[in-house]
Amino acid sequence: MSFLSIRNPAQARRLFLTNSGLLLSGAAVALLAGQDALAAKAGDKASDAKILNTALAAELEAVAAYQVGAESGLLQKPVLDLAVTFQGHHKEHADVLAKTIQKLGGKPVAAKSKYDFPVQKLKSQADVLRFAAGLEQGAVSAYLGAVPLFGNRDLSKAAASILGDEAMHWAVLRQALGDAPVPAAFVS
Amino acid sequence: MISAFAAVLAVGIAAAADPEKGKEIYGRCLACHALEYDRVGPRHCGLFGRRAGSVPGFAYSEAMKRSKIVWNEKTLGRFLANPLKAVPGTAMTYAGVAQAKERADLIAYLKTACR
Repeated sequence: MSFLSIRNPAQARRLFLTNSGLLLSGAAVALLAGQDALAAKAGDKASDAKILNTALAAELEAVAAYQVGAESGLLQKPVLDLAVTFQGHHKEHADVLAKTIQKLGGKPVAAKSKYDFPVQKLKSQADVLRFAAGLEQGAVSAYLGAVPLFGNRDLSKAAASILGDEAMHWAVLRQALGDAPVPAAFVS
Repeated sequence: MISAFAAVLAVGIAAAADPEKGKEIYGRCLACHALEYDRVGPRHCGLFGRRAGSVPGFAYSEAMKRSKIVWNEKTLGRFLANPLKAVPGTAMTYAGVAQAKERADLIAYLKTACR
């Protein structure tokens, strides 16, 4: 199939990305999705922005949770470095989600001034890792549950890109805990 | 006849519901929910018998506040199967738990988790 035979620009771009082997960061994928989303139907845009806002709220909470872990004094290097790296990924996700929501005409949710975390239950490095692993597992499932809902399929692709990153976080945290890093062939 | 069969099937699924499996399935909820405190989604302790949209201080969608749902096995099962179909406009933008057995396990866990 030639790009010239495709009348739909979004389809052409998808095919180009698929066939060219061009690698894009998750951020680039999401921002591109935002560009395409400008041409989407108003109903789809509002609905897609709502899905992204729920994801953004969870990402902002994850950033705060990793901050609690990093400041707990319970994490030793290199685990501490890992936590800070993962927190950076969540910050990148949040930034891209917020920009994409704005492109869709929505208003990105802001971080809460205070989050409730079970800090009294975090007494060791393993406790912090298990808490973080739970958040990452939930995030994977949340993105998996959001992927089929988007009106704009490029946003599904962007969400899947974030899902992949957070699945890696979950696996690494499980490995650090001594659990099987990849517990099953499928995530749910 | 069909409804009687469906009722028997529903009873069978409920009877076989496994809260331990439900605890594993609850891992999918942990991006947004916790049992004892509010997060992106509201807390789950005290869920059964609670009117939807009624946890004090939690910022629900207008759709959820207007839903008039009271949470029980039946309403929760219907919502979890497809949240956006059950309550259009809900902030729980999640495709749902498609399998009836998994929903039953999850509900069985939620019924016991806060005791």
